[in-house]
Amino acid sequence: MEFPKDIKYTKEHEWVRVEGNIATVGITDYAQDSLGDVVYLELPSDGTAVTKDETFGVVESVKAVSDLYSPIGGTVIEINDALIDNPEVINDDPYGDAWMLKVEMNNHGELEDLLTADEYKKYVEEEK
Amino acid sequence: MKLENRNLQNTPLHEIHKELNARLVPFAGWEMPVQYAGVIEEHLAVRKTCGLFDVSHMGEIEVSGIKAMEAVQAITTNDAYQLKDGQVQYTFLCYPNGGVVDDATLYKLSDTRYMFCVNASNTEKDFNWIEENAGHVAEVKNVSNYFGQVAIQGPLSEEVLQNTCNLDLSLIRYYHFAEGKVADIDAVVSRTGYTGEDGFEIYMPWDKTADVWQRLMEAGIKFGIKPIGLGARDTLRLEMGFPLYGNELNENTTPLEAGLHKFVKLTKQHFIGKDALVKQVKEGIKKSLVGLEMIESGIPRSHYKILLKDKTIGEITSGTMSPSLDKAIGMGYVETAFSHIGTELGVAIRNKTATARITKIPFYPVRRPQQHHSYMILKD
Repeated sequence: MEFPKDIKYTKEHEWVRVEGNIATVGITDYAQDSLGDVVYLELPSDGTAVTKDETFGVVESVKAVSDLYSPIGGTVIEINDALIDNPEVINDDPYGDAWMLKVEMNNHGELEDLLTADEYKKYVEEEK
Repeated sequence: MKLENRNLQNTPLHEIHKELNARLVPFAGWEMPVQYAGVIEEHLAVRKTCGLFDVSHMGEIEVSGIKAMEAVQAITTNDAYQLKDGQVQYTFLCYPNGGVVDDATLYKLSDTRYMFCVNASNTEKDFNWIEENAGHVAEVKNVSNYFGQVAIQGPLSEEVLQNTCNLDLSLIRYYHFAEGKVADIDAVVSRTGYTGEDGFEIYMPWDKTADVWQRLMEAGIKFGIKPIGLGARDTLRLEMGFPLYGNELNENTTPLEAGLHKFVKLTKQHFIGKDALVKQVKEGIKKSLVGLEMIESGIPRSHYKILLKDKTIGEITSGTMSPSLDKAIGMGYVETAFSHIGTELGVAIRNKTATARITKIPFYPVRRPQQHHSYMILKD
């Protein structure tokens, strides 16, 4: 199980990578492993406003449907269209090719309560 | 600490599942493997080579005595009198209102001895029902704790099993069984399954089940055998349109509504539920089970509403992304008037309605050895 240090995590198992004012969002290695084979992904369109801790989409494995929660608020400036066509990439490369959204953040303060890699790892181990 | 698992039963293969790194989940009171390598990989292994399933959680109920035949006939919808020794029949236990107590496979061992294989979630209920309705004329025994069960399914099943079995498997026809030895252990070998592929369900003593499993895995290595969890068991049966109790079948749904007429013999003199089913045929069957494939994106899931021009006409009972067909499929009940193949309907998926089309069941073509070509989905 991988927990890269350069990103932040939520307890709902999303990750966020911040570059300037742009946040890239995806789901964690632990999340994809728990889901099993991912077969379907629903994302908002460009320009949609997302709110911290509210759902922005849905990911489905063969058996289960799971909501996706935004780690931060802002405006969606890009979605990963290729991932919608090939959602199985979420299982193969959750922190890389399986990024989901790029969001222009409207409040950097919202990053503060996100978990570090170590904190998230600890959280996941307790959840097991 | 896993408090939620404290009351779960373990099959005789529990330790093996843990060694195989299975993901174990609670199912019908049992801790069962939902997947090993992954649902899609396991599913495709069964379609292409073969897979081994632990189905020891299934219930087995024996009905015996000189009136066993009459007793079984009176509580089942199919015609048990047509069964020969060594033959299996798919059948229903119904309530007087025609609703389903359970669906089961019925094994005829002799005129005086029958065995039902029933759903794990219903074993206790079924045993009580059978005891209550047949116990006065026959001996009814819950032998679920005596039998372990494994299923080997897929086109290479016969070849793999033959390596460990003293019976000539080519002589066992579809929906027939024989008693013999598997891995030198006394076993009942039945050419049945829940996947649509050729394959066998094997019953053996509980404490010998692990030996049989290990020998089959060893014999199957060079054929690409894989252990298969409940996740793939569900997607495999769904591609075949096989009903699952609790989804397509329940106490408020009749086998006729589920489209399973060929397992209901209304010409039989009597069976529990007959009057209600005859009445239903006369008055017309108001809801019907249909297969759906999605035209627009989205996966139908249990309890999603089925719509026709904004009006709810039914509900999804099962749905998934089909690993063999790579498209979203489902089953559900709709008002019979709208149940024709080709009809376009909507499925309410979260906040939108996605178009689907009623399609024939099975979704995936049945593939069986030539000897069985005349048998359709399930032999009646």
